[in-house]
Amino acid sequence: MKYSGFSKRHNELRRHILKGFMALPAAIFLSTSCIAATPPTSEISTTGLAVTDDTVTVGILHSLTGTMAISETGAQEAEKLAIKQINDMGGILGRKIEVIQEDGASDWPTFAEKSRKLLVQDKVAAVFGAWTSASRKAVLPVFEKENGLLYYPTFYEGLEQSKNVIYTGQEATQQILDGLNWVAKEKKAKTFYLIGSDYIWPRTSMKIARKHIEKVLGGKVVGEEYKPLGDTQFGSVINKIRLKKPDVIYAAVVGGSNVAWFKQLKAAGITSKKQTLLTISVTEDEVLGIGGENLEGFYSIMKYFQSQDNENNKKFVAAFKEMWGDDSVIGDVTQAAYLGPWLWKAAVERAGSFDVDKVVAESEKGDIELTTAPEGYVKLHKNHHLWSKARVGQWKKDGQATVVYTSELIEPDPFPAGYQ
Amino acid sequence: MGDYTSSELVSIFAMQGFAGISLFSVLLLMALGLAIIFGQMGVINMAHGEFMAVGAYTTYFMSSLTETYFPSFMPYYFIFAIVVAFFVAGILGYLAEFVLIRHLYKRPLDTLLATWGLSLIMQQSFRTLFGAREVSPTLPDWLLGSYQPTETIDIPLNGMFVLALTAVVTLGVFYLLYKSSWGLRVRATTQNRVMSGAVGINTKKVDRYTFALGCGIAGIAGAAFTTIASTGPTTGTLYIVDTFMVVVFGGAASLIGTIVSAFSIAQAQSILEFFISGSMAKVYTLFALVLILMFKPEGLFASKVRR
Repeated sequence: MKYSGFSKRHNELRRHILKGFMALPAAIFLSTSCIAATPPTSEISTTGLAVTDDTVTVGILHSLTGTMAISETGAQEAEKLAIKQINDMGGILGRKIEVIQEDGASDWPTFAEKSRKLLVQDKVAAVFGAWTSASRKAVLPVFEKENGLLYYPTFYEGLEQSKNVIYTGQEATQQILDGLNWVAKEKKAKTFYLIGSDYIWPRTSMKIARKHIEKVLGGKVVGEEYKPLGDTQFGSVINKIRLKKPDVIYAAVVGGSNVAWFKQLKAAGITSKKQTLLTISVTEDEVLGIGGENLEGFYSIMKYFQSQDNENNKKFVAAFKEMWGDDSVIGDVTQAAYLGPWLWKAAVERAGSFDVDKVVAESEKGDIELTTAPEGYVKLHKNHHLWSKARVGQWKKDGQATVVYTSELIEPDPFPAGYQ
Repeated sequence: MGDYTSSELVSIFAMQGFAGISLFSVLLLMALGLAIIFGQMGVINMAHGEFMAVGAYTTYFMSSLTETYFPSFMPYYFIFAIVVAFFVAGILGYLAEFVLIRHLYKRPLDTLLATWGLSLIMQQSFRTLFGAREVSPTLPDWLLGSYQPTETIDIPLNGMFVLALTAVVTLGVFYLLYKSSWGLRVRATTQNRVMSGAVGINTKKVDRYTFALGCGIAGIAGAAFTTIASTGPTTGTLYIVDTFMVVVFGGAASLIGTIVSAFSIAQAQSILEFFISGSMAKVYTLFALVLILMFKPEGLFASKVRR
C-alpha cells in the first residue's frame, strides 16, 4: 500500500502516453480525408485551437451561481441563442460551434482559473464571458498570456484596451457622460449623490462621473458612498442621502444588493415623486428581481431596452422568448452578449481563419458592422469597442422601460482625455 | 449643515436611530437559531444560512402559489408563510439531526465539516429547484412603503415588521427555554448530559427538538428577510458571517449575550456608517470586535457552566 500513490500516477502517465499515440494516426487520417467544400482544418487553424473538420469549440464563462448570477444568467442565454442561430445557418467556415460552459461563481479568482482551463486545456477558439470589471481584470492576464480571445459584454468604466478582448458593451463615455448631460439638462440637476457597490467598476465610474459633474456641468457632488458587494443594509446610507438632499441620486449598486437597495428606498418613502434617481446598473434583468413597483419612475441609462421598437429587436425578442421561455426578459448586457458570437463570426469569416491573431487583425480594421443588431446599427471600432447610441429609459411598474431619450451614434473612446 | 431646520435634524436622527434598531432586529433574528443550537448543543451549524434560505424560498413559493390560485388571499398570505417557513425549516432540521448530526456529537469539528457539506448540498438543491436567479416574493401592500408620524419622518414598514417579529420570536424562545418544562429539560441536558439521562430525560429527543427549533427560527428569519432583500441559492452565505459574529461575540451559551452583542454590533455599524463610508464602517466594526475578543475570548457573556 505504501507505493500505491506512485504506481497509480505511473499508470495514469502510461495511459496518457498511450492515448497520445492512439490519437496520432487518427489525427493524420482526419486531416487528410477532408471534405473539399469546407477549407481544411490545417489552413484555418494553425495554432492548435480546438477546431476539427466539422466543429469549432468556444467557451462561455459567466457566473451561474453567487450574487452575480441574477445579472449574468441572461448574458449566457443570449450567447447560446446567437450560437444556435449561427449553427442553424451552417456554422462558421463549415464548422458547427460547440460550447464548453464554465461557472465563474461570482468569484474573481475562479474566473481566472476557469479561463485558464478553457484556453490551456480545452483550447477554445474564443470565449464569451465575464461580467463585472473585477472578473474581467482577473481574466485579462490569462487571455494576454495564452493569447486567447474574449468577447466581453458588459458596459464598463473604460480605461482599458487589450489586444485579446473585444468589448461589446459601452465604455464610460458612451454611458456615463451622456446620462449625466441628460439629467443636468432635463432635470436641471446641480447636486449629485453617488452610490455604488465597492469594486472597480462603480469606483472608476464614479471617478469619471465626479470629474464630469464638477468640471463640465458645473454641478456639485454632495456625497459619495460605496457598500460591500452583497450587502443588504442601506438604512444609514438612505438617511445620509436625506440629509444631503441631492437633486439626483446617481447609483451603481450591483447584484443582489441592488434588490435590497431599491426595496429599502421605497420602504423609506424615497420614490420618483420626490426624488430623481439615475442608475447605470439596472437593466430589465435586475428589475425582474427588484420588482417594477420598487423602481417605478426612476431612470436607467443604457444602450438597449427590451421595449425598443424596431424589426431587428422584435425578431430577437421573439427568438429569445422561444428559446428561454415567455417569462424571460432581456437587459442591456444580454443584448450586448448576443452581439459577441455574431461579431466573432464576421471577423473569422473575413480572416478565413480561427487563429486569434488573424481574427483580431480583421476586427482591428474598424469596419465590421452588424446591421441586424437588436439595438440598431453597430460598428466595431479600431479600438476594440463598438459605436453605439445611449438611451435613457424610465421604468414602469411592469418591469419594462419607456425610452425617453436616444443619443446620436457615439464613437467609443476608452481613454477620454481629462478623465484619468 | 447650515441650511437645515432643527426639526429636520431631529427627524434624521430619529430615522437613523430606527435604522440602528432595525439592523439590531435583523442581526438578532439571524443569530437566535444559531445561538440556541450552538449554546445548548455545542454544534456549530454551518448550514444555518441555508436554513434561512429555506424559509425565504418557502415564502417565495407560498407567494407564487397564492398569486396563482388564491389572489384574494394575497394581503394575508405573508403571516401564514412565516408559520409554514418555520415548520418546513424545522422539519428539515429535524431530519438533518436524525440522519447526520446525531452521529457526530462526540466529534465537534466533524459537525463543522458535515454541516458545511450539508450547506453545499442545500445550495445546489435550491439551484436545481428554483434556478440560479435571485427571486423575490410579491409582498402585500401593508409591508411596502413607510409610516409617516410627521411630515419629515419616514419609518420603513418592513423594518417595523421585522422588529415586531423579532420581539415575538425572542420572547417565545425565552418562554420556551426558561418557563416551559421542555426548556427545563434542555437546560438540564446542557448542564450535565449524563445526570439528565439518569433522572429520566430523553436527551436524544431533547437534542433533536432543540436542533429543529433552531432551524425553524432560521426559517422565520429567512421569511422575514424577503421583505428586505432578495433570495438566491447562495443567500445563506451572505448572512452566515454576521450570524457567527453575533453569536461568538455574545458568548456561546448565553441568549442575553446574543441580544447584547447584536445590539452593540448593529449600533456600532449603523452609527459609523452614517459618518464614514459603508465599507470602512464594516472594517472598523470588525476591528473593534477582534480587539474585544482578544481580551475576552469567551465573548461578552461567558457561560458559567463548569465543564
